[in-house]
Amino acid sequence: MKKVKKKEKDYFLFFLKIIAILIVVIFVFIAQRNFDAYVIRILTLCGIYVILGVSLNLINGFTGQFSLGHAGFMSIGAYVSALLYMSPELKEVNYFITPLIWPFSVIQIPFFISVIAGGIIAALVGFLVGAPCLRLKGDYLAIVTFGFSEIIRIIFNNLQSITNGPLGLKGLPSYTNLWWSWGAAIFTIYFISNLINSSYGRALKSIREDEAAAEAMGVNLFYHKGLAFVVGAFFAGIGGALLGSLIMTIDPNTFSVVMTFQIIVIVIVGGLGSITGTVIVATIFAILMEFLRVFESPMNFFGTKLPGIPGMRMLIFSIILMVVILFFKRGLMGGKEFSLKQFIKIFSRDNRVIKEGS
Amino acid sequence: MSLNVFLQNLINGISLGCLFALIAIGYTMVYGILRLINFAHGDIFMMATFFAYYAIALFSLPWGLAFFAAIILTILLGITVDRIAYRPLRDAPRISSLCSAIGMSFFLQNLAIVVFGGRPKPFFRPEFFDQTFVISDIRIQSVSLITPLVSIFFLLILTYIIYRTKTGLAMRAISKDFDTAKLMGINLNQTIALTFAIGSGLAAIGAILWALRYPQIFPFMGMFPGWRAFTAAIIGGIGSIRGAMLGGFLIGLMTIMIVAFFPEQAGYKDAFVFVLLIFVLLYKPEGIFGEE
Repeated sequence: MKKVKKKEKDYFLFFLKIIAILIVVIFVFIAQRNFDAYVIRILTLCGIYVILGVSLNLINGFTGQFSLGHAGFMSIGAYVSALLYMSPELKEVNYFITPLIWPFSVIQIPFFISVIAGGIIAALVGFLVGAPCLRLKGDYLAIVTFGFSEIIRIIFNNLQSITNGPLGLKGLPSYTNLWWSWGAAIFTIYFISNLINSSYGRALKSIREDEAAAEAMGVNLFYHKGLAFVVGAFFAGIGGALLGSLIMTIDPNTFSVVMTFQIIVIVIVGGLGSITGTVIVATIFAILMEFLRVFESPMNFFGTKLPGIPGMRMLIFSIILMVVILFFKRGLMGGKEFSLKQFIKIFSRDNRVIKEGS
Repeated sequence: MSLNVFLQNLINGISLGCLFALIAIGYTMVYGILRLINFAHGDIFMMATFFAYYAIALFSLPWGLAFFAAIILTILLGITVDRIAYRPLRDAPRISSLCSAIGMSFFLQNLAIVVFGGRPKPFFRPEFFDQTFVISDIRIQSVSLITPLVSIFFLLILTYIIYRTKTGLAMRAISKDFDTAKLMGINLNQTIALTFAIGSGLAAIGAILWALRYPQIFPFMGMFPGWRAFTAAIIGGIGSIRGAMLGGFLIGLMTIMIVAFFPEQAGYKDAFVFVLLIFVLLYKPEGIFGEE
């Protein structure tokens, strides 16, 4: 009897998930048709921040390995994909000081494949970075991953014949739209939440809680930490590739430590180890950053004209950030998930029985 | 490379290393006591140069007095940062005080952009620091000579405070064991505030010497020296005062020498610093001197 009930519940859950995805798809469809370009751009950015935040949460939140290297992986994804999807003519225009070396200067492949390639190369670098570093713990790991992302930035600044150096790549074709960013975001959420709820995910969480105990229980530390790193780096690369095609201009300093900090802020404020928290905060973050531009433009305040002050946007943002951190010490969601299961629980009888019993 | 050029570079490197050492101490002391990477330290460093700039430009104080005022203001700023951003989070998980440090760093940078403006400003260089000595073909700016002297003087004072006074004892006790130190009747908040005061004061001295060396100040100037100094603190063994000094010297010398010996690789000089960091951490994860 109970088994049947559980099965029914599972179907119901599956049904609700499909509905949730359908709602997003319909929303994207309507948005693409009716909203103006500015709003669409912000919504697209939301999707990209969701990808970046969720992938960093896998490393920092679920596995408990504090990484500061996300911007490095993003820049690899952005550069690799841009080198693949730019047309040869566009490359010639961009590389007017030092010509691009041979294999890259002639090839051009479709956007989708180049984004995947960007993610794969980023994952490969994630493995190369992760393999030696994963013996380190806590702040030492943080500083080494930061070091690696800085090394990547410095190398990209100096390898003129491949990355065009500090001049960056300009006029990238704008392929990224709502479908790309939210499609990739939904895939990221689906993939990582399934990973978290599998036996791998339980191993990752056990590493976060107590490394020695996890190892004693037979969890292969190196393998699982490496897995989290590689998967996180893959999605960071994809996020970077989509971001590059959205902002259409990339240079190595776009992906500095400030970028990593922004994503870390999203993850921590959303709650370490909470995917839904990350999604909500990533969306709020992207919208807030645009909304706060109001304070940089001149405005009328009760009849007196105030001139716009440059920098005001980030100042207000950092004040909001400080207030949130000081009052929500464990992040908005604090490691809990807002899930459909709870949603069902609220409306199902089980819940009431427990309440009456207690 | 002739001996003259080498000596010139050596003095240059030592003087840069001293600056890194001064900043690194702020990182290492805070980390030793609170286990917190104080990301805002580089921005406290930046604020110090602006305080000195405005003390001279706006209030037209003589330079000695202006520098002194800037150091005092920076110390107050450091204590305020601790009071607002870190003290409420003493019992919270470490990750949230880290986020608070990142937030504070954003805040100070953008406050500087809003209040002081984003455009780089020329830093006034008193005549005393602007002379150039020529000793048998070695050309040395007086600021390169003064920097090590001033730094070593303050580092000696710091060593005295840490190892010979009651307050220093309290600091060392807290860094060994937070809770036991509390039980022994050490005033935690006061001692931590003092730690921030010392760290910020040394950062302010470093900042003013930095601005005399590279006379251009802007809101993001704290990032480069801040990260290098933090790297220095890690290489030396974070939490250790001697380690921070040694790490600072190493990194300063290394950056100057790489540019001097391999001019064509100069663009990669910061990459070499991080490669050194990664190797030190992989083979001696606790740094050269270990955590103290």
